[in-house]
Amino acid sequence: MPEQIPSAPFEGDGDSRPFWEGIARGELRIQHCASCGHHVFYPRALCPYCHSDQLAWVVASGKGSIYSYTVAHQAPAGEIPFVIALVELEEGVRMMTRILGASRERIEIGAPVRLSIESLADGPALPYFRLAE
Amino acid sequence: MASSPRAAIVGVAESDLGRTPDKTVLQLQAQAAKAALDDAGLQFSDVDALFCAGNWAWSPNLMLAEYLGIRPRYSDATNIGGSSFEAHIQHAVAAIEAGLCDVALITYGSTQRSDRSRYRGGRTFRLTEQYEGYFGLPTPVGAYALAAMRHMYEFGTTSEQLAEVAVATRKWATLNEKAMMRDPITIEDVLNSRWIAEPLHLLDCCLVTDGGGAVVVTSADRARHTRKAPVWILGYGVAHTHNTIANMPDLAVHQAAIDSSRAAFAMAGLTPAAMDVVEIYDSFTITVILTLEALGFCGRGEGGAFVSGQRTAPGGPFPMNTNGGGLSYCHPGMYGIFLLIEATRQLRGECGQRQVPNARLALAHGTGGVLSSAATVILGKD
Repeated sequence: MPEQIPSAPFEGDGDSRPFWEGIARGELRIQHCASCGHHVFYPRALCPYCHSDQLAWVVASGKGSIYSYTVAHQAPAGEIPFVIALVELEEGVRMMTRILGASRERIEIGAPVRLSIESLADGPALPYFRLAE
Repeated sequence: MASSPRAAIVGVAESDLGRTPDKTVLQLQAQAAKAALDDAGLQFSDVDALFCAGNWAWSPNLMLAEYLGIRPRYSDATNIGGSSFEAHIQHAVAAIEAGLCDVALITYGSTQRSDRSRYRGGRTFRLTEQYEGYFGLPTPVGAYALAAMRHMYEFGTTSEQLAEVAVATRKWATLNEKAMMRDPITIEDVLNSRWIAEPLHLLDCCLVTDGGGAVVVTSADRARHTRKAPVWILGYGVAHTHNTIANMPDLAVHQAAIDSSRAAFAMAGLTPAAMDVVEIYDSFTITVILTLEALGFCGRGEGGAFVSGQRTAPGGPFPMNTNGGGLSYCHPGMYGIFLLIEATRQLRGECGQRQVPNARLALAHGTGGVLSSAATVILGKD
């Protein structure tokens, strides 16, 4: 399937700069709450579970599974179709991504996936996922 | 009834619908507002509260009030997506009850079809958009597709069951001369229409139209002296659970609608089984199935079976989306105001060949964002 990301790179803001710096270095950084123990994604100032401000950055394992997915046949720009998924990381957070390099038939809810930080078609480096072998 | 109603809907109207390339969003709302006030037997000079949800200006209320020549003493621009107008009912009744206003005008308008503004390419993504936007999910349809895929996985819901909703809704549209799409369709037509975002086909998706609407709400005392019989506001509830689809607590459960409808039924002292006609936001076919489950019309996971066999079509046991819905009548970006307009007309007995016989209690339920927000309104007549 063609895979192309249309957009300008993003440098991050007060919440996300460590996240995007991590992506640039090839690692997926999420937050961990020292107060309640939850992992948190996307990054924010207060833990959404206990509202503590004791959030520390940790590097996610990059292992997860597909929570849900869709094959988009229409998009704001770029080539279609492509697979977009919500991936649940083993740390317990959910994030949007694309599943790269897999045929449509092999993609299913529950399938194990692994992080693959890549830049597609001159787009920004982003945390994509591929099916785990 | 839990307590005597404190306010009523006394006027409703649409503007021109469909494609209105020569009209601005302000013209559409002026047209709808004037017609809704006429419907109520009220004047613009009676209006002392304005409720809008729009993006036509940095302050939609300031621009629209000036354009309409009104000076509200109560102003509310709450925007929680397509359910905003059901939420405005909550706010309007609360404001009337608190003595802060007497005649509330709720309006909406959009020229999104003529503007071709549905998709904006090449934009940058700000704040919490930055974690999703770059992946190119077509919004909002892609988010609803993710929910549909999860619902199918958990409960075995099928594409045929989703299509039942589109087919039944189209049958209602054939009975509404204002509906944009009036040719009957079959389950096979839905399944054979092109993919937008799997598992949603084109005919699982709402229309993209222009259009506007207006609703006039006033106090119980004043409502008894307007032109038509009041449509009493018996209960309402509002909730929102998330903004980005990745943060929806459970993609197979419309939790906001569970919360908003529980509040509305409790306030009205009524149950789902008491409703004679229901108008449910149908941005996509999956929206309806998730909402029917959330509102308690069927059990969790049973929405697909509930709509099967054309149970929601004209003549069926569960009259739903009787104007043809967002799927076939109109959908100018945010549809919630049209749910209130149709529910009011059904209770007044104004719906001609699509009239549900003896409708005394109606439910209007809006859903906004990506299954993010919900607002439920229960209406009744004397």
